[in-house]
Amino acid sequence: MKYNTREAGGYAVLELSGDVDLSCSPDARKQILQCLEGGKHLLVDLSGVTYIDSSGVASLVEGYQTARKKQLRFGLVGVSEAAMNVLQLARLDKVFPIHATVGDRLQADG
Amino acid sequence: MNTELIFEIHFPAKADRLCLVRALVKRAGELTGCNSELTDKLVIALNEACMNVIQHAYKNDEPGEIVLKILNNGSHLIFRLTDFAAPIDLDSVKPRELEDLRPGGLGVYFIREIMDECRIGHLDGGAGNYLEMKKKID
Repeated sequence: MKYNTREAGGYAVLELSGDVDLSCSPDARKQILQCLEGGKHLLVDLSGVTYIDSSGVASLVEGYQTARKKQLRFGLVGVSEAAMNVLQLARLDKVFPIHATVGDRLQADG
Repeated sequence: MNTELIFEIHFPAKADRLCLVRALVKRAGELTGCNSELTDKLVIALNEACMNVIQHAYKNDEPGEIVLKILNNGSHLIFRLTDFAAPIDLDSVKPRELEDLRPGGLGVYFIREIMDECRIGHLDGGAGNYLEMKKKID
């Protein structure tokens, strides 16, 4: 797994790529929580994710719940087909705010 | 058709081996004529099953071995996963309700959602645990 962080429109954008599985999901979790600890709204870009397992999904869920507690916005953007298949299996595609691009999310925010 | 062994592998119960398991299961799916959607689901289920062995049977840090055997009986692919950890509490292996939104606990749900049959048990003499899963293939 590789990751990169950038900022856009008041959000931290965490770009994850590669396989997000048990061997590296602790890193994904750490990056997600660090972004939120910094007090920033967070978008996780999954466009480069080739595989995500339940531990990777757990990191996203924890990020979503942590953001809510901190009253920060959280969402997913550019969800790859591989990642969407797993989110749909877990019925989390109806829970996470999901947009095709960061721009779409910013537009939706108004 | 007699039951045909597709392959059997032995590997350390370490998270960094999961990518190898996924690659093998994907190729096994393709070899047996599964379409890409079914193959992707088999990869998900087998990855989650191996994860559960690493995390819950071997508890993430005990050294141990996993044996994965894939067979084809003509109508079903059969996946047998064996570990040599202490016998697990079989009653604790259950999916959680999806409405209970929290990190973790999805692996068993994924496996049962994808596979047609699942059977877990202990090896004779308390030597370990097994998980057998079956999936109908066209």
